[in-house]
Amino acid sequence: MKRILIAGEAGQGLVTVGQILSLSLVRDGRHIVVTQGYMSRIRGGHNTYAIRAAAGPVAAPVEGVDLLVALTSESVELHRDEVDDDGLILGDVAAAPAMDDDRWLGIPFAELVPARQMNIAALGVAAAQLGLDRELVERAAADYLGGKKNPEWDAGREALDEGFTWGEFRRRPGLGLSAVPAAAAGRVMLNGNEAIALGALSAGLKFLSFYPMTPATSVCLKVIAHADEMGVITEQAEDEIAAVNMAVGASYAGAPAMVATSGGGFVLMEEGVSLAAMTETPLVLVLAQRPGPATGLPTRTAQGDLDLVVCAGHGEFPRAVFAPGTVEECFELARRAFAVAEASQGPVFLFTDQFLADSYRAVGPFPAAELPPVAPLLADPPAAGMYRRYADSETGVSPRLVPGQGEALVVADSDEHTADGHLTEDLAAAAAMAARRRDKIGVIRGLMVPPTWYGAAAPETVLVCWGSACGAVFETVDRLQARGRAAAALHFSQVWPLDPAPFADRLAAAGEIISVEGNAGGQLAGLLRRETGITAARHVGRVDGLPLTPEYILRKLAAA
Amino acid sequence: MAKATIFDNHLEPAWCPGCGNFAILPAVKQALVNRGLAPSEVLFVSGIGQAAKAPHYLRAHVFNGLHGRALPAATGAKLANPDLEVIVESGDGCIYGEGGNHFLAAIRRNVNLTVLVHNNQVYGLTKGQASPTSAAGMITKAQPHGSSGPPFNPLATAIVLDAGFVARGSAGRPEELTALIEAGMDHPGLALIDILQPCVSFNKRQTWAWYREHCEPVPTDHDHGDRDAALRLAFAAEEERFFCGILYRGARPPLENRFPMSAGGILGRVPVNGGALAEIIAAHG
Ligand SMILES: Cc1ncc(C[n+]2csc(CCOP(=O)(O)OP(=O)(O)O)c2C)c(N)n1
Ligand code: SF4
Ligand SMILES: [Mg+2]
Repeated sequence: MKRILIAGEAGQGLVTVGQILSLSLVRDGRHIVVTQGYMSRIRGGHNTYAIRAAAGPVAAPVEGVDLLVALTSESVELHRDEVDDDGLILGDVAAAPAMDDDRWLGIPFAELVPARQMNIAALGVAAAQLGLDRELVERAAADYLGGKKNPEWDAGREALDEGFTWGEFRRRPGLGLSAVPAAAAGRVMLNGNEAIALGALSAGLKFLSFYPMTPATSVCLKVIAHADEMGVITEQAEDEIAAVNMAVGASYAGAPAMVATSGGGFVLMEEGVSLAAMTETPLVLVLAQRPGPATGLPTRTAQGDLDLVVCAGHGEFPRAVFAPGTVEECFELARRAFAVAEASQGPVFLFTDQFLADSYRAVGPFPAAELPPVAPLLADPPAAGMYRRYADSETGVSPRLVPGQGEALVVADSDEHTADGHLTEDLAAAAAMAARRRDKIGVIRGLMVPPTWYGAAAPETVLVCWGSACGAVFETVDRLQARGRAAAALHFSQVWPLDPAPFADRLAAAGEIISVEGNAGGQLAGLLRRETGITAARHVGRVDGLPLTPEYILRKLAAA
Repeated sequence: MAKATIFDNHLEPAWCPGCGNFAILPAVKQALVNRGLAPSEVLFVSGIGQAAKAPHYLRAHVFNGLHGRALPAATGAKLANPDLEVIVESGDGCIYGEGGNHFLAAIRRNVNLTVLVHNNQVYGLTKGQASPTSAAGMITKAQPHGSSGPPFNPLATAIVLDAGFVARGSAGRPEELTALIEAGMDHPGLALIDILQPCVSFNKRQTWAWYREHCEPVPTDHDHGDRDAALRLAFAAEEERFFCGILYRGARPPLENRFPMSAGGILGRVPVNGGALAEIIAAHG
């Protein structure tokens, strides 16, 4: 396992270095976990791109650095303490000519390459130090940079070559990657938000409206990049309120629809959540979390919006809330979100956060061509008589038609309504209509994803978590087990509704229950207490905008 | 020709006797009939308010959404199925107040919608507060010192934004109104028709008689393409002279042209291109 950290200012091309290195590692058959940290600015500041590379599956970001690629002298100072004793610090020799540190390897960038190509030369040195194949890295660079189509490609390739050759002659022992079997066919490099977009496309997404907000925008940009070939209508709305109302309108008219936003935009969308519930219109809402309240920390991560989503929208109505823990789950649960939205005819929520959004992993293969789309569940128009959009039914789910299915008229209303969709103030009819809507929870329960139990069957300690915390928590369990402690984790990829049957007995029988979440209060812990009566003894929270890591969790556990 | 009764339904309008909405409803139905439309070809999208109830008193597809949000919901529906004749029908408070930002954006976006704004210069459903188009100084229980600021001028705003079709109708001029709605439906982008509507319960000044006195037809020699002339007609509202008819016609293409995939029919029934998706995913390897 190697931990690589690329650090520098925005605008220096450090993401380019990180992406090409990551792609090379994935193509080489390795597993990766990428953690990106950046400031909310376009130039300057201080940004990081961390890659954990391993021969086997990994899912957690970890602390510590084996190879630091420091593009500024500030990056050296900020991160040298994280580098292991036998690690390596790469940087510009001109920036720190007299550095007294065995781990330091100053690169004479000025002699090797033009200033514009410094990042690519650093990539070459780093790749050589890791023992990656020169051609493999060059192909990855060509693919990422657009190869010959990019007028700067020749200069880039030369810089990569210069750096690689320079680095090859100065290889530090111990930094080389261990041998791995060749990459399995169909393995790809994706981050969480890309996987959500692809999962949605595979489900049959046909309408996406949005208002840009980090860290949700990349979901939208990924859909937009492929919208023409996949036949998806996309529109940047004037605000989140418009975005969600457009999506509901489109879904009413028969286009499977999705919106994506962060907490601040989501609260503006709440009226649309309620509208989707009342008009019984399928809608998938992606909430990419960042620390709040208000504008908060735009480019950092958090798990602080669970309570918000579980209660979002005025009035009472059933809902499903998914919280993928891995990039694979981002794809699968995006598909499932559409399936549940169609089956229950209402809003379904999908969580991500800045960490997962930007975290590249080696994933797949996805049998995309064979996966069945989630076709809209449309009924056949009635042979005779009037169509009633909100007719009573056994499951609470009324047969759904959309305009364009023959003569049948589809009347949908945000006011309380009768079965034919027209507004009513008949209170008995209103109560019956509300009860039918609530009954749809049965359909949602039937499609639930149970939580995952990981580790010891009868643990002394069980760590309860949700969403993107999964990797860090599972690895914490591994490390506790390695120390001889019977530990387990319970991870929820669906956080609402909570059905106690698959987990409550086992959880209640476990020793100490500790919630581990990227928030201060323990929001899942609160829901569990409310829904099952099971109370976590302690909460390990993280609220500094950084993702949970095994080291962080272990420190907090030890501090008790 | 089919009769306007094909658009009748069984519901009795919950409006006050004498309300201007009663005159608008048949004008709308007549326009649909004149255009040869069947109920299943027409979608009405409204927000919330007295005007927004109008679609419930017609036979057609209806999406009665949230207060202020008729335009975004209609935009989504029209893009999803351009085969539908989509008509937005709501009040001045809904479209110009709560939905003000959507009004500006919808004009710029120029989706092929026909927007009918029942402009009674008051919030009717919530019992008579000032609306954005209320006359300056209008006294209400909520504005005991008078409505502040000059009234919002929707037509001038739409002309400034180079809307494709900008017209004013009046509940008191039903035949002209029918013709305007038809022309609005004929127009291939967003068509705005602001409709002066007496609210007999809460707007005691702008009565049927008052509108008769203050309305006049757009001069026959008015050039619809002349933006300055159109603006002058729109600004006449500041002197309480309301020109009825088509004030302005722009020539921007509708937004739907950008989306070849929205060629008509139910979008959700278009199969997913699994082969293309497999290639998109493979490109990440
Ligand atoms: C979000 C929201 N805010 C406020 C209301 C209350 N409300 C309902 S209708 C209305 C004003 C209606 O005025 P207008 O659109 O001019 O319609 P009118 O009744 O005059 O025809 C208001 C404020 C609401 N339904 N929803
Ligand atoms: S309150 Fe005014 S607008 Fe509403 S129905 Fe009565 S008269 Fe018409
Ligand atoms: Mg009004």
